[in-house]
Amino acid sequence: MPKDHGIGASQKRREDVRFLTGTGQYTDDINVYGQTYCHFLRSDVAHGRITSIDTAAAEAMPGVVRIFTGKDFEGVGGLPCGWLITDRFGEPMKEPGHPVLAQGKVRHVGDPICAVVADSLEEARNAAEAIVVEIEELPAVVDMKAALAEGAPLVHDDMGTNLCYDWGFVEDNRAAVDEAIRNAHHVTTLELVNNRLVANPMEPRVAVAEYNRANDESTLYTTSQNPHVIRLLMGAFVLGIPEHKLRVVAPDVGGGFGTKIFHYAEEAFVTFAARKINRPVKWTSTRSEAFMSDAHGRDHVTKIELALDKDNNFVAVRTDTLANMGAYLSTFSSSIPTWLHGTLMAGNYRTPHIYVNVRAVFTNTVPVDAYRGAGRPEATFQLERVIDKAARELGVDPIALRRQNFITEFPYATPVAVEYDTGDYVATMDKLEEMIDRAGFAARRKESEAKGKLRGLGINCYIEACGIAPSNLVGQLGARAGLYDAATVRVNATGSISVMVGAHSHGQGHETSFPQVVAEMLGIDESMIDIVHGDSSKIPFGMGTYGSRSLAVCGSAMVRATEKIINKAKKIAGHLLEAADTDIELKDGRFTVAGTDKSVAWGDVTLAAYVPHNYPLEEIEPGLEETAFYDPSNFTYPSGAYACEVELDPETGRVTVERFAAADDFGNVVNPMIVEGQVHGGIAQGIGQALLESCVYDSDGQLLSASYMDYAMPRATDVPFYAVDHSCATPCTHNPLGVKGCGEAGAIGSPPAVVNAVIDALASGGHKVDHIDMPVSPHRVWSAMQG
Amino acid sequence: MYSFEIVRPTSLADAVAALGQDEAQALAGGQTLIPSLKQRLAQPSVLVSLTAIAEMQGVSAEGGVLTLGGGTTHGTVAREAAAHYPALAALASNIGDPAVRNRGTVGGSLANNDPAACYPAAALASGATIVTNSREIAMEDYFQGMFTTALEEGEIITAVRFPIPEKAAYIKFEQPASRFALVGVFVAKFADGVRVAVTGASEEGVFRWTEAEEALSGNFSATALDGLTVSADGLMSDIHGSSAYRAHLIGVLTKRAVAAAA
Ligand SMILES: Cc1cc2nc3c(=O)[nH]c(=O)nc-3n(C[C@H](O)[C@H](O)[C@H](O)COP(=O)(O)OP(=O)(O)OC[C@H]3O[C@@H](n4cnc5c(N)ncnc54)[C@H](O)[C@@H]3O)c2cc1C
Repeated sequence: MPKDHGIGASQKRREDVRFLTGTGQYTDDINVYGQTYCHFLRSDVAHGRITSIDTAAAEAMPGVVRIFTGKDFEGVGGLPCGWLITDRFGEPMKEPGHPVLAQGKVRHVGDPICAVVADSLEEARNAAEAIVVEIEELPAVVDMKAALAEGAPLVHDDMGTNLCYDWGFVEDNRAAVDEAIRNAHHVTTLELVNNRLVANPMEPRVAVAEYNRANDESTLYTTSQNPHVIRLLMGAFVLGIPEHKLRVVAPDVGGGFGTKIFHYAEEAFVTFAARKINRPVKWTSTRSEAFMSDAHGRDHVTKIELALDKDNNFVAVRTDTLANMGAYLSTFSSSIPTWLHGTLMAGNYRTPHIYVNVRAVFTNTVPVDAYRGAGRPEATFQLERVIDKAARELGVDPIALRRQNFITEFPYATPVAVEYDTGDYVATMDKLEEMIDRAGFAARRKESEAKGKLRGLGINCYIEACGIAPSNLVGQLGARAGLYDAATVRVNATGSISVMVGAHSHGQGHETSFPQVVAEMLGIDESMIDIVHGDSSKIPFGMGTYGSRSLAVCGSAMVRATEKIINKAKKIAGHLLEAADTDIELKDGRFTVAGTDKSVAWGDVTLAAYVPHNYPLEEIEPGLEETAFYDPSNFTYPSGAYACEVELDPETGRVTVERFAAADDFGNVVNPMIVEGQVHGGIAQGIGQALLESCVYDSDGQLLSASYMDYAMPRATDVPFYAVDHSCATPCTHNPLGVKGCGEAGAIGSPPAVVNAVIDALASGGHKVDHIDMPVSPHRVWSAMQG
Repeated sequence: MYSFEIVRPTSLADAVAALGQDEAQALAGGQTLIPSLKQRLAQPSVLVSLTAIAEMQGVSAEGGVLTLGGGTTHGTVAREAAAHYPALAALASNIGDPAVRNRGTVGGSLANNDPAACYPAAALASGATIVTNSREIAMEDYFQGMFTTALEEGEIITAVRFPIPEKAAYIKFEQPASRFALVGVFVAKFADGVRVAVTGASEEGVFRWTEAEEALSGNFSATALDGLTVSADGLMSDIHGSSAYRAHLIGVLTKRAVAAAA
């Protein structure tokens, strides 16, 4: 019988009650007495020099409290980048300033120039229209190759180049890889684009700031995945507010997908302005603003080469990638195409020689940063596409070619500097083959053909690195922050528990799954346990939620803190039972003296901790509250095998996903239902990237896909019912729960499976098409078929 | 949006009078107008809601003609026209989502004449008549290029009369993001000939594919279209499809519409 309690139980998500009944508390639901409203006047040109700003008429308009321009931010810090990349020549990356409001130049459509603060949003918008900004338009650079060409217009004049860095990984392998490719029996080459995406969380970004003159304290409510990181970056680097005078709260957040990790100009602005005008300031993004101000994702242009020996063993991989940074370095932008991408290029395979070259490029577009998967989907896509192409060129079965090259022994140190602790790629592939009824594919293809359609099967394997760590290593790699997490377990006198966690839940279901872990450890009911998250004044510290890190990193901190609670509680129980604490056993919420029927209940012990009348005060302190910080010793490495079956209409080029199967290895699973939901959502986003989503600029830097009229999000009818499985579990060896991470897997594993299936469908109709860039739209498929 | 007054007259005469004011504009379902107001792309001083005018509502069929009140919603057309003109009802049932269909109206759609909208194809293929508060406008005179029609300032579409064909079908190939027509083809077979109207494709808005009409009038079957192609000249090209792709789709969808016509 499936468990209904503790680790492994598919408990319904308790937070959904408030989300589904409209009682969630999102940032936009927060309104503070005396609040003003802010509207940003944004650049409508991609690149230009600001020659004058005249706010006089606007300032005289009704309701206007104050108008801010870049001048107000002279002497104030810029938005920092959290990761310093060292290039392949040992030089630091180019790190241009990123002002809160434009200073001198605008660098992308949407770059904020002025901010109007007024009594109402209407008045702020009206006044913004009366501001006269003169901009001398400059030629824009949009295409990355053009940006690197001699004489290209410079996004940042003071950098002298649009090249942010030229990174080689592992640089020492470069010559050996070149050599291996030169001498290889067969080399498959593929050039591809990983399409630029807009994250589009359902809730747009919002920031509300208030300032308390009495104690000089600022509070920022913001739609963030990591409020402590915002406090650190904004307090220390931008506004110079010490942590104890700055509270950052991220209440219910309606989806993040990465784009709410970063520290943004708007939240720094409202915090700054609230202090200046001594009134609260609120900003709510419109959907249109989100398209031109939320950090975008992906946008890589890659050439990959896969070299094989005469027996089809992989001998080398070489990649050459251009990665778009956009106009400024967003918080984690520089690390995505490097440490989160290069380290994954071994995939699931034994390839002895790997070299990754990435050139990061500034362009006159919105900054690009992490989006669900962040670097890992880009790595997986190119590797799995080139493997599929190689299989086709060599006339071998794509599954067999993968199986032949799987890593089978763990731990496995890759040539790209990471060590996989566990995994069983054969087991997930076996499971996948069982799930997809491969034997029945030929019949299904016939059925499609009878309707005038083509049918294709696409396979994909992925490896992910989650819970990026340890801090001392990432520090050497250029991270400007630690990557641990923290939890405080506060047991109250009556035995109920609040767990303050540094992870932030914005769709992941932590409020349900985290208590399951503590309940399992203590043998008490989940209803006695609540999670507190998202408020820097309530939580010790935290690095937040992204990179599928929450349970593996923060969950581990919570386990450590709970272990401390158990140790102390056993001492108290030992005292109450007049036995040695080493003889005390905790089971089903009772402390028993081993081998006797003497016991006390959980509540007796917690009460004694807070009413210490009969208590060993000389040995232990009263109270029952423990904190732990946890810094993992390694990443976790989830992996899996995915299959997609598509049907393709050769007359129109339209592709529909008919079947989709995912066999994942996430290690131990705390709440299977939540894990499946995460995989479902990830696959939907991956299918969205593969078939629909595309962020497009024209050559002048105007955003063509600036609304849902032109940016296609996946809808329910675009995705099939999924078959998902996570029974092939190889628990992580280095965290206490043996958990890996499941949040991004679906978005990493699905795009190559879809595109591989499309190519397979075309091949079955006699169309020799090597590759179609994503999104594989009807128009692109039809064009490819025309040759 | 900018602030505006709103009135909701209950008679056509009051609506016409209200629309006589400076900077007044008709508001039907608001599915096109409200988004443009939100973007501050228009600044009417008075919006005259047409939703409370009973004489502009309803679906009726008589003497081979289906009449839709100008204020009839897509949702109502989908339900109530199905028995009389199934292809038209099916078209209405595929516009937007339930919220759009419950607000958006046939009059609003035809007044707006979006080059990717569905109703213009149905009206043109059916040879419909636009009835306004002051006159009747024949199809041949009504559409005048994208977002442009023969309507005068303040003129209200009170009804649209669709001659009911023997057989008809509308095939919409959706633009992936908006789900408007990337190309849509409406084929209508009448006793005296076939009409084929194409939406979504031309820079001039909805148009008739006369070569196809001639071929189909002689032989109403998909094979009659073999070898017929549409020139890509003057067709739209955007991030969702080139003009050549649109030209190709017109051929494919017309055949499918003929095959589907019932
Ligand atoms: C999400 C979404 C999806 C959509 N998908 C489709 C689709 O697939 N196919 C499609 O065809 N359409 C689609 N539409 C458009 C929809 O059909 C609109 O309802 C229609 O175009 C406008 O009708 P309305 O009643 O909402 O008009 P409104 O928005 O109220 O008005 C539009 C214009 O017409 C004028 N007007 C309105 N009624 C009259 C009248 N009776 N006489 C004279 N002038 C009038 C108004 O003054 C205004 O200028 C979609 C809209 C949305 C929001």
